[in-house]
Amino acid sequence: MDTFDLLATIIKVVIVFVTILVTIIILGLAERRVSGFMQYRLGPNRVGPWGLLQTVADGIKFLFKEDIIPDNVNRPIYLLAPVITMIPAFMTFAVIPFGVPLEIAGHTVKLQVADINIGLLYILALTSVGVYGLVLAGWSAGSKYPLLGGLRSSAQLISYELAMGLAIVGVIMVSGGLTFNEIITHQQATSWNFWKQPLAALVFLVAMFAETNRLPFDLTEAEQELVGGYHTEYSSFKFLMFYMSEYANVITASGFMVCLFFGGWDMPFIDEKALGHWGVVLSVLAFVSKVGFFLFLYIWVRWTFPRFRYDQLMRLGWKVLLPLGLVNIFAVGLWMALRA
Amino acid sequence: MATVLRTYEPRFWDRFYIPALLQGLFITLGRIFKRKDTIQYPESKHVPPEGYRGLHRLNRHEDGRIKCVACEMCATACPAQCISIESSPAPWEEGEERYPVKFEIDLLRCIYCGFCEIACPKDAIDLTEIYDFSDYTRDSLVIDEDGLLKVGDITQTGNVYQRHNRGEKVELPLAR
Amino acid sequence: MTTILFYLFSALLLGAALFVVLNRNPIYSVVGLVFAFMNLAAMYFLLEAYFIGVLQVLVYAGAIMVLFLFVVMLLNVQPDRPHPGLIHPDRWWFGIMALIFVSLFLLLIGQGVRALLTSPAEDAAGMGSVADVGEALFTSFLLPFEIASLLLTVALIGTVFLAKKKV
Repeated sequence: MDTFDLLATIIKVVIVFVTILVTIIILGLAERRVSGFMQYRLGPNRVGPWGLLQTVADGIKFLFKEDIIPDNVNRPIYLLAPVITMIPAFMTFAVIPFGVPLEIAGHTVKLQVADINIGLLYILALTSVGVYGLVLAGWSAGSKYPLLGGLRSSAQLISYELAMGLAIVGVIMVSGGLTFNEIITHQQATSWNFWKQPLAALVFLVAMFAETNRLPFDLTEAEQELVGGYHTEYSSFKFLMFYMSEYANVITASGFMVCLFFGGWDMPFIDEKALGHWGVVLSVLAFVSKVGFFLFLYIWVRWTFPRFRYDQLMRLGWKVLLPLGLVNIFAVGLWMALRA
Repeated sequence: MATVLRTYEPRFWDRFYIPALLQGLFITLGRIFKRKDTIQYPESKHVPPEGYRGLHRLNRHEDGRIKCVACEMCATACPAQCISIESSPAPWEEGEERYPVKFEIDLLRCIYCGFCEIACPKDAIDLTEIYDFSDYTRDSLVIDEDGLLKVGDITQTGNVYQRHNRGEKVELPLAR
Repeated sequence: MTTILFYLFSALLLGAALFVVLNRNPIYSVVGLVFAFMNLAAMYFLLEAYFIGVLQVLVYAGAIMVLFLFVVMLLNVQPDRPHPGLIHPDRWWFGIMALIFVSLFLLLIGQGVRALLTSPAEDAAGMGSVADVGEALFTSFLLPFEIASLLLTVALIGTVFLAKKKV
């Protein structure tokens, strides 16, 4: 690895990290404004133009709030849990490509922080580690509501990880590779996986909502039943860490969905690689707008559907999504066998 | 009377839930583009309905004399005992013989029942539509005679909030 | 570089493993075990067996240990109190256990030393990739693979049978 590559990687890491942080800020505002619009309200619009600085103000408020640590918490784990949640949440985006490779001064820069040959599994592994943050936060708080939230999250995430994995298997089968670049190139060469495997896309979409603990699957927080779920006893900056990792997970899940089923940075009917630098800009724009749609979908769904009951959640995961995922794998396998 | 219970029987296609879910999504999407009910408070204010019982006022005769004769009917009727009046012989020659030298209402004690308005034989005290008066100290929320008369002057020429929303500059007493 | 990392992760792995065994609070032990698995995954990464490494995190650290944690939390196991007198004539099986453990340990070390002495480490390039693992599973190790899946199916059916009151 020469100096150029090293420098390029550092710049990419900084850009991706800052972009995620900025997106979290925008998402925090968008959540509240879109929810307002859907309820005939306006939402926060006072701080800055269109309320753009509202989330910044909220962040400052979090930083200056009193940091309360209740008496009967298990201190080491209580302090560790937000960190365990946050680190994987910010690490996962590293393998998601957000544009066609850029040619600068004879070097090719991949618009992706790390192109590892098992990119898909990397995301799955890290999200499965992120569960510990929620579970340990729930347990260490020493209070019954967080404990219930933590227990729910562990069972829920494991159940839906299976359905998610099965949905991904179909994609891996047709594209024949575990890296995002192979998957996207394959989709560019043929057509988006969404058109070929709508069933898998649907299963993945539902599992994605469950994995990020968002409504209608936010049983781990369920404020009506569990006060605030696993982060009930957290305040100030530690709460902010949970909040930020939830949104970081939402962003990564949207990017994951876009790469798997909607062609990643692929702009339909246009050959980005032939257009030079403009192609790069176009591909990044395509990726950003697709991810933006899914971020909106997250908010849209949140303010439309009510929360599932716990048994309904489990039934959906195990009796509907899991068989559907298997059906999809079988259908894809049959199709490939017949074509071969 | 017999009640007919209609049970919901989902048909085959309903069991996929997808059409119903999409229907729900489009309802909320449509709402984004509809008119919002939000009243952006300091710029535009809610206009309370007729008969709203807010801040009190004291009325004047056409020549500017106070209508109140300090009979203390309102103070007697007041269930919260928030009105305190000091009566004195009137300085003017004709008209009422007495007038209040001190007329104070503790706005924090008042329950805004409007009994004072009903009790008054001279139509001197009214409850107005003004609702947004607030302050930082208890003392400043005891309104005196001058203040009450000022409220009367402001509210004579039509609803304060309607005028505010039309863009007219209305100086409210106590409002910050 | 790789050697330094190897020693770092080995030290962390052994430390975490000791933490698991010696700790009296079961929750701490589970967390320590997860950390140990992470370090094990890092060792696989150092050997360029990325697939195995990720599977280690995904399956062991991500899924199985969450269930461990779930059970420990659900049962609300209290931290163990220290035993009075660990060595006692009634606990003769401790001696047998220790003997078995030590002999297994010596066997492992002996194997490792012999491997080091006889053959130098083979070139691991291309080893442990998804395709390699898949091919090995479905050709040379087909029978063990199928037996394992059969075993899992039996366990699955058994679990359902035990969990359901009426079948």
